[in-house]
Amino acid sequence: MQWEIVIGLEVHAQLSTQSKIFSGASTAFGAAPNAEACGVDLALPGVLPVLNRGAVDRAIKLGLAVGGKINSPSIFARKNYFYPDLPKGYQISQYELPVVEGGSVRIQVRQDGEEREKTIRLVRAHLEEDAGKSLHEDFHGMTGIDLNRAGTPLLEIVSEPDMRSSAEAVVYAKTLHSLVRWIGICDGNMQEGSFRCDANVSVRHQGADRLGTRCEIKNLNSFRFLEKAIDYEARRQIEILEDGGTIQQQTRLYDPDKDETRAMRSKEDAQDYRYFPDPDLLPLEISESWIAEVESGLPELPQQMRARFERDYGLSAYDASALTADRDISEYYEAVVEKLPSDPKLCANWVMGDISGYLNDEGKFFDNCPLSPTQLAQLLTRIKDGTISGKIAKEVSRQMWTKVRDQSATWKRRNSELEENLADQIIEAQGLKQISDSGALEKLVGEVIAANSKSVEEYKAGKEKAFNALVGQVMKAAKGKANPAQVNEILKRTLAE
Amino acid sequence: MLNSSLKQLSALLAARKISSTELTGAFLERSRALNPAYNAFITINEEMSLAQARAADMMIASGRAQPLTGIPIAQKDIFCTKGWLTTCGSRMLSNFISPYDAGVVERFNIAGAVNIGKTNMDEFAMGSSNETSFYGPVKNPWDSTAVPGGSSGGSACAVAARMAPAATGTDTGGSIRQPAALCGISGLKPTYGLVSRYGMIAFASSLDQGGPMAKSAEDVALMLNVMVGFDVRDSTSLQREPEDYTRNLEKPLEGLRIGLPKEYFVKEINDDVARTVEAAIAEYRKLGAKTVEVSLPNTKLSVPVYYVLAPAEASSNLSRFDGVRYGYRAPEYADLNDMYRKSRAQGFGAEVKRRILIGTYVLSHGYYDAYYIQAQKLRRLMALDFAEAFKQCDIIMGPTSPTVAFNLGEKSSDPVQMYLSDAYTIAVNLAGLPAMSIPAGFGKNNRPVGLQIIGNYFAEAQILNVAHQYQLVTDWHMKMPDPL
Repeated sequence: MQWEIVIGLEVHAQLSTQSKIFSGASTAFGAAPNAEACGVDLALPGVLPVLNRGAVDRAIKLGLAVGGKINSPSIFARKNYFYPDLPKGYQISQYELPVVEGGSVRIQVRQDGEEREKTIRLVRAHLEEDAGKSLHEDFHGMTGIDLNRAGTPLLEIVSEPDMRSSAEAVVYAKTLHSLVRWIGICDGNMQEGSFRCDANVSVRHQGADRLGTRCEIKNLNSFRFLEKAIDYEARRQIEILEDGGTIQQQTRLYDPDKDETRAMRSKEDAQDYRYFPDPDLLPLEISESWIAEVESGLPELPQQMRARFERDYGLSAYDASALTADRDISEYYEAVVEKLPSDPKLCANWVMGDISGYLNDEGKFFDNCPLSPTQLAQLLTRIKDGTISGKIAKEVSRQMWTKVRDQSATWKRRNSELEENLADQIIEAQGLKQISDSGALEKLVGEVIAANSKSVEEYKAGKEKAFNALVGQVMKAAKGKANPAQVNEILKRTLAE
Repeated sequence: MLNSSLKQLSALLAARKISSTELTGAFLERSRALNPAYNAFITINEEMSLAQARAADMMIASGRAQPLTGIPIAQKDIFCTKGWLTTCGSRMLSNFISPYDAGVVERFNIAGAVNIGKTNMDEFAMGSSNETSFYGPVKNPWDSTAVPGGSSGGSACAVAARMAPAATGTDTGGSIRQPAALCGISGLKPTYGLVSRYGMIAFASSLDQGGPMAKSAEDVALMLNVMVGFDVRDSTSLQREPEDYTRNLEKPLEGLRIGLPKEYFVKEINDDVARTVEAAIAEYRKLGAKTVEVSLPNTKLSVPVYYVLAPAEASSNLSRFDGVRYGYRAPEYADLNDMYRKSRAQGFGAEVKRRILIGTYVLSHGYYDAYYIQAQKLRRLMALDFAEAFKQCDIIMGPTSPTVAFNLGEKSSDPVQMYLSDAYTIAVNLAGLPAMSIPAGFGKNNRPVGLQIIGNYFAEAQILNVAHQYQLVTDWHMKMPDPL
């Protein structure tokens, strides 16, 4: 029997506002416990929430980016439950009329070895405040409460159950992760909890039209855990069903150490949150002009950019997708292409290949790449105009990297005179310029033919390999600086004489 | 001096006939004498009051005095007051020294007023007799066997007994107007959104509104000038041009159309109250006003609607009192849930628990639509009733309370009887309208009767004008009990 896995994700993206969603306290990570909890966050008697406009701006941005509907009015509601790190005894969230309804995210999935696009529909995205943190260690039978995180703005983005494998779920999560960073609403830092996923997983027989009973796995804070948790959970459910059992609707927790999910609470003891509109906050009216204002600040979206790269630069879907994985790489790439518009593909290969590799080794990203697009473009121009070979270019780039690697400046923030002609300097200083003087090359070829009569005979006897050996010898004699195409041409001509 | 108006006191201070320190001292002395018997104040802090008085004297000396500079004002213990015990009448906050000032308290501080003490109140403002206070009931200064009304009973008692020239109150379903009526003083509940709720401990957020309590309409107007103002920290606060609420006091009432809701003059109203209110209305006719019968057909539903909505909001508002961060925590408990249970069981009184239970129930899954949503719809209908009535009249009048002050203990075991004592005041809160109660005479056992004046949205200046003109031709507001 074929089983189909059905997955929907709820993603909590922490919005990148300076202050909290309903108070003026800072949202900066890592302060001493409770140092960033003001009276409103502590829920002192008499305090009241005031909505942070910046949080709404960011929610609207997401709504526009996914083509969702922006609700006006939108309503804040209280979700009532007791927990020590929930100071008011209720969380301000949204229930009916969230800021964003609908919309979709397109993802690239691999199926039968082929890349194709799939659309994941969104149910909604709503604003809410985060709770504080309970610290159970270090307090000898007591619990420590840190309310720094209490009131941090979150956007909960809820998908339809449109994913059919853990791999798809991961691609969707990564695409969304890249999107929220792209539009600048969330820093995406998963270690600090800025981007967390809850996965709703169910299984059913292939082709069945009703969904199976689902379990929700809470708080997955890495893509790897997301994948493993879904895989484990799907296996668990399939085993139960194949043994003739039934699935209990549950909330479960993933334990990465044991690689398993554990029941946290079942539907029977699910709480009644007694949602009702928060009387302290008026219905949120979002005017057309507010939406227009946010829209004007929205960058070109990755999807649009991907299409443009394919269309205007002639890149493959794979390359276009890799170069739009985040805004930093796309921005860097476009700056290189601007200097070398005649060969976007060459630029793409180098940005995705060598430069990515160098950055990776340093644990850096494109936003603080020390090698400037101009420097790279000059190097690539020297390949194009035949000054150096691709192979020498790799050597030159290595030397360029060594030169710029340790400087504190990045391509966006330079502190002194630019050495934009760094590639030329290295080529010049080390005499790496390709020998394109045909007289000099003919002389070298003549010498190699004279010294390798055996290979010459083999070649004349029809052995193609012998030709390559001769090319190698010429290149060696030229210390790698000979133009390979030219060497080929002269060698062929000379041997044919 | 004890019976002087705010204007008179202000003139005495300005002319340096008396200092704020002396004035404050005089009222403190009266409180020392009367408060043990009447229990109007939960906290009196002579040192802090006198320090404020000295600062006020310096303001006056340097020519920076404003109308209320140097005048002692009693603050209902629902307003967070920095450095003062702020209990809200509850054991739950019996150890809570507020680290900050409510918006209203800030405005009085800026005006140079002196905080003369924190007044007693029904616990978390839930009550109509002041008997639910953890600090014991307040006595009515006209008759110490009677309740002062509630929840702002301490403020009403303090003003009526002349322990303070004026006081703040809050009104969720009548909590300013009903005690004002029962204690024979003037009190106004403003249009919802005019007075900041920041720092005013929430009972039912969509209904709560702070307002002044004083001897006369003129005093109330001066208090209102200080209390009203936009506060960015309260999202329901209204941003409007400031107005001077004394500006219309002297306008004649010739041609005023007074609406008398037929639902307010029914058999539930006691004869003594009915007679007194009718006499007051006759006085208005003499002043040139005309009366017209109007109808508020949904008024009869106001008590049940209120007792769905207010407890719903309260059940959530009071969740923060969990013993975790501040306030009362049970001395012994087994685990977290036990701590919540015991702290809340011991920290809250019976009436508060009753309303938390009702509120939790009406918000519960399966009941929300039947109760909460239904009540919200009726709330809207009640607002429409008033809108309709105001097409035929400028102002609405009726009794504030169906009875004069009842005896201590008389209704405390019958919550429904207690709730009905707010039958004429609640609809006003549900609609968000401004309304006032002024003394109109005396009923049974020589206990005061209040006349309620309801205006349209933002018609505070008109209400005060209507009240003041009556007080120019009557002296009920000048009558003073003899509590000594």
